[in-house]
Amino acid sequence: MGAVEAPLLATVRRDGAFTVVGNGRWTATQGRALEGAVDQALADVRQHGAAGTAVRVDFSGLDRVDTVGAVLIDRLLRLLREAGFAARIEGLDPRFKPLLDEVERGCHSVPAARKRVAPIIGALTVIGRAVAGAGTDALQFLGFVGQVATSFARIALKPQNFRWTSMVYHLERVGLRAVPIIALITFLIGCIIAQQGIFHFRRFGATTYVVDMVGVLTLRELGVLIVSIMVAGRSGSAFTAELGSMKMREEVDALRVMGFDPIEVLVLPRLVALVIAVPLLTFLGNMFALFGGGLVAWLYGAISPEIFVSRLREAIALNTFEVGMIKAPFMAAIIGVIACMEGMRVGGSAESLGAQTTAAVVKSIFLVIVVDGLFAIFFAAIDM
Amino acid sequence: MLGKANGSGQKFEPDPIPPGEPIIRVRDLVVGFGERTILKGLSLDVKAGEIMGFVGASGGGKSVLTRTILGLVPKRSGTVEVFGQDLDTADYRQRQALERRWGVLFQQGALFSSLTVKQNIQFPMREYLDMSPRLMDEIAIAKIEMVGLQPDVAEKAPSELSGGMIKRAALARSLALDPEILFLDEPTSGLDPIGAGEFDDLIATLQQTLGLTVFMVTHDLDSLHTVCDRVAALADGKVIAVGPIESMVASDHPWLSAYFRGKRARAAGIGASTHGAGG
Repeated sequence: MGAVEAPLLATVRRDGAFTVVGNGRWTATQGRALEGAVDQALADVRQHGAAGTAVRVDFSGLDRVDTVGAVLIDRLLRLLREAGFAARIEGLDPRFKPLLDEVERGCHSVPAARKRVAPIIGALTVIGRAVAGAGTDALQFLGFVGQVATSFARIALKPQNFRWTSMVYHLERVGLRAVPIIALITFLIGCIIAQQGIFHFRRFGATTYVVDMVGVLTLRELGVLIVSIMVAGRSGSAFTAELGSMKMREEVDALRVMGFDPIEVLVLPRLVALVIAVPLLTFLGNMFALFGGGLVAWLYGAISPEIFVSRLREAIALNTFEVGMIKAPFMAAIIGVIACMEGMRVGGSAESLGAQTTAAVVKSIFLVIVVDGLFAIFFAAIDM
Repeated sequence: MLGKANGSGQKFEPDPIPPGEPIIRVRDLVVGFGERTILKGLSLDVKAGEIMGFVGASGGGKSVLTRTILGLVPKRSGTVEVFGQDLDTADYRQRQALERRWGVLFQQGALFSSLTVKQNIQFPMREYLDMSPRLMDEIAIAKIEMVGLQPDVAEKAPSELSGGMIKRAALARSLALDPEILFLDEPTSGLDPIGAGEFDDLIATLQQTLGLTVFMVTHDLDSLHTVCDRVAALADGKVIAVGPIESMVASDHPWLSAYFRGKRARAAGIGASTHGAGG
């Protein structure tokens, strides 16, 4: 065809009037070229013509038009008319007329995107929102603890309503299934502490004191902390994701309208399972950490198992062990409440599910460490 | 009719299939999961420029056929040709070029929940097309208005929309690349009768203005009656009848007569005229 190399849009000026000739395919694949051509034609006409000049727009050369083309044709005609030119369209294939009419009927105003704010105000807004958010978080946490407490009181009065099956199922998931990874990690931590202790104590000829260090450190602090952090990452995130997706798909609402209390059905079994599982896992973790420490002391520090055990007996008392174990159920409750609360706060989008899961893990680990510090102060005060 | 490239910098673009020619051609399609065979040697032609309604019992494999054509479900045997291209022999680039030429409206809309409506519509455009942000905004607004939504919906998140608005916004997204084929999976389910009627009109209007081919899985007897040019019925894993709705209503096949001449069909005013003569 003759028009094969014709430009998409050309402007010709003759006897004071303009003719704009379009050619080719006005489709999405050449969006940028088309837009450039339209803006160029507009600029040409505006620069050389006075308002009121006739502009003939000849579109007989167009052989395909899609929405992108129609939007640009509409933009060309509309802006010409707005600038006061008498624009007239000619030769457009009737096939494309309905599409152009459809586009012309629109309001053409793109809603303004959100206003840009000065960076300093933006930063202050973010800080303000975060502070306010922390306040509402604390309130919601209190509210949720209250809800859980009332549900718990109801169950305590009527224990036959408790969902034992669900609790046992969750106990298996958060407790039994976590045993291998907890055992491995605490074992390795015990090994590392013993190795570092021996390496540094050797210089002072005080190698045997490594037993005191491993014993006190793991039983009092590290065992319960490592287990809590592992459980927060492993089970807390799972709780948030489960409850969150149930919330998203209105399953929580379905429970509520059937007369069930979601806290009682979903949250309590999980919480009780955690409160049972975490102390057990902590005990297991403590034993594996001592075992790892003993093994390294024997192989690397030449402290025989008999010496290790007798030295351990002198170094730690029952209360060292108790301090660690007392903390475990509290840590479990913190993780469980935060994870379930964040799950219940999931909104409609997939993004919010991710955000709440992250928040659950970060907040529960943070609170576990804060509470561990408070316990340390408390135990120091009561000389334990 | 024209060469592949005309004018400076124009890119390759396949010519549309002329109206009346088969645009989707399915032959002897067998699809199953595990022990169960859902589609047992199904054959179907969809012609360019028509609105094809596809009916069948729930769980009978209507959605499976759609998903097989779209390549979301693997098939055991048979061929699927779209735009004259066998999907099995298409390489990655051909396949991608082909996927740009169809749009899909999923039953629940499947809008990306983390993006606004405008971003949802612009998502495929950003990926495939080269154009300025301003033009992209204008086009997104044009599409939003085309499906009968207000422009202020553009900045809303899908979770802020009602069911009917989600369907419309999802339709706008499926139209983002000006497809030649539109797949609709139960477009009017979950809409009130007025909304469903408006949606039918909308599909008919869009089909006219954009020259679309529409493949519509539906149970809505009203849509079958008002917008579909032809109807295909699926039973026992095969297409048992294809034709205009009148021929479906007149058919003596037990499933078809139950479907098209049942109580609900009479209420929709479809079987009323033929029922007396046929029954």
